[in-house]
Amino acid sequence: MSKRIDVKDLNVYYGSFLAVEGVNINIEAKSVTAFIGPSGCGKSTFLRTLNRMHEVLPGARVEGEVLLDGDNLYGPGVDPVTVRTQVGMVFQRPNPFPTMSIRDNVLAGVKLNNRRISKGAADALVEKSLRGANLWNEVKDRLEKPGSGLSGGQQQRLCIARAIAVEPQVILMDEPCSALDPISTLAVEDLINELKDEYTVVIVTHNMQQAARVSDKTAFFNIAGTGKPGKLIEFADTTTIFNNPSQKATEDYVSGRFG
Amino acid sequence: MTTNSLTTSQGAGRAGDKVFSGATLAAGCLILVVLFGVALFLVVQAIPALVAPAADIQGGNGFFAYIGPIVVGTLIAAVIALVIATPVAIGVALFISHYAPRRLASGLGYVVDLLAAIPSVVYGAWGAAFLAPQISPAYGWLASNMGWLPIFQGPASATGKTILTASIVLSVMVLPIITSLSREIFLQTPKLHEEAALALGATRWEMIKMAVLPFGRPGIVSAVMLGLGRALGETMAVALVLSSGALTASLIQSGNQTIAAEIALNFPEASGLKVSTLIAAGLVLFVITLGVNMIARWIITRHKEFSGAN
Repeated sequence: MSKRIDVKDLNVYYGSFLAVEGVNINIEAKSVTAFIGPSGCGKSTFLRTLNRMHEVLPGARVEGEVLLDGDNLYGPGVDPVTVRTQVGMVFQRPNPFPTMSIRDNVLAGVKLNNRRISKGAADALVEKSLRGANLWNEVKDRLEKPGSGLSGGQQQRLCIARAIAVEPQVILMDEPCSALDPISTLAVEDLINELKDEYTVVIVTHNMQQAARVSDKTAFFNIAGTGKPGKLIEFADTTTIFNNPSQKATEDYVSGRFG
Repeated sequence: MTTNSLTTSQGAGRAGDKVFSGATLAAGCLILVVLFGVALFLVVQAIPALVAPAADIQGGNGFFAYIGPIVVGTLIAAVIALVIATPVAIGVALFISHYAPRRLASGLGYVVDLLAAIPSVVYGAWGAAFLAPQISPAYGWLASNMGWLPIFQGPASATGKTILTASIVLSVMVLPIITSLSREIFLQTPKLHEEAALALGATRWEMIKMAVLPFGRPGIVSAVMLGLGRALGETMAVALVLSSGALTASLIQSGNQTIAAEIALNFPEASGLKVSTLIAAGLVLFVITLGVNMIARWIITRHKEFSGAN
């Protein structure tokens, strides 16, 4: 239940502005891939093209191909809604639906498209998803309480539970820990390590230690200057990127000389 | 003995503070004083009608027998207006905020706001001179085909000047209020929640059901209640459109009356006890509006826990 992603010559635009240029990358199934790089280098923008969330913004578009096990996400007739059920996403700030209980938050994606689900099956799915997100023991006695009453870290794990409840092939995470304290960050990182047994995980992070801790492979993005497009500079095993990078820019960035 | 050096303060900065807090306090008090003054006026002036012998009140059966049918007429007109206006207003607001291309959206929003700028007497004239004659054949059809329903019982009014016509005019008048408030609320939906829904594979309509409408619900309730306030109190349009009469269940016959129109039509020639009766009617309208607003607040606070404010 996980698929690989192959990106071919992808250009990403906001209107006429080229934000990310010429990305080629092959992301293995059942692995954790981290995107690192300085602010504004287009790593989040690129991540959002992998489940067609990029085009939600007015004027945003892409050129090139993103293949999910060989199927082009941007092929003619492809419905972005279908793409997003296959490729889930966790955002920078925890965003559980404030008007829904914890239980309803987990089931939010499952109940879409008028799908019906029996109460027993729903209960089982809620428990499985919350256990999958390491949150079950903390919330099992208050499933009917609003999700917004949880702590930031719990809310983020609730969002992860909500994402895995729809059983996607890939989970994208856009700086999932940047709004969390170190303890909550640790909990989410542990979770990412478990998630890769079943899912393809792609994570954008500002935190190089985090990339080193959780990822199998790391992609380094950089930008030549303001107004220039971001580019993928180097993509390799995480140990290679951090210990023996082939590019000078990568070495400068991971050793803390800029960024 | 040493003096505490922290007790001295720069006087200049404080003066502005005091003026400002005094001004806000005065403004707050003024609202209460005005409200209380109006309520007091209504009660004092209404008392003669409330304590007068039943035979002296118009109709001869006491104040409550006089006001009862008019209250019902007022509520019928306002409720029908809201039933028509609310879905349309929410639809238009959603179209402007989430469906229309940006250019069209701003133009459309401007047109809707323009509807609110039309004086109510113009709506009344339009309703009486144009809408009523145009719509009366439809009433004839309703009477002959759905006449078994008490609300469509014939014979239909030949002029079309009925409570249903008045309600339709009222609905057009409250439409811009509900639309522009709902639109503002919908536009404030956090992008975060909209993206959360979309990322789960929601279609646009599902995203609206999941993120926009729950977030906007208290705002929609307030908008509808403001619209209801306008519909309850609207005078000129009803006075011009409705050919008033006794309370009747049928919406397509002439008959029924609303409090505001009753006061407006009778006040110029009223004197003595009749004035008190009309002011008491005004008091009843005041109480109804107050009640409606309190119910709206209650609905909003009941779901506070899930409102996202925490």
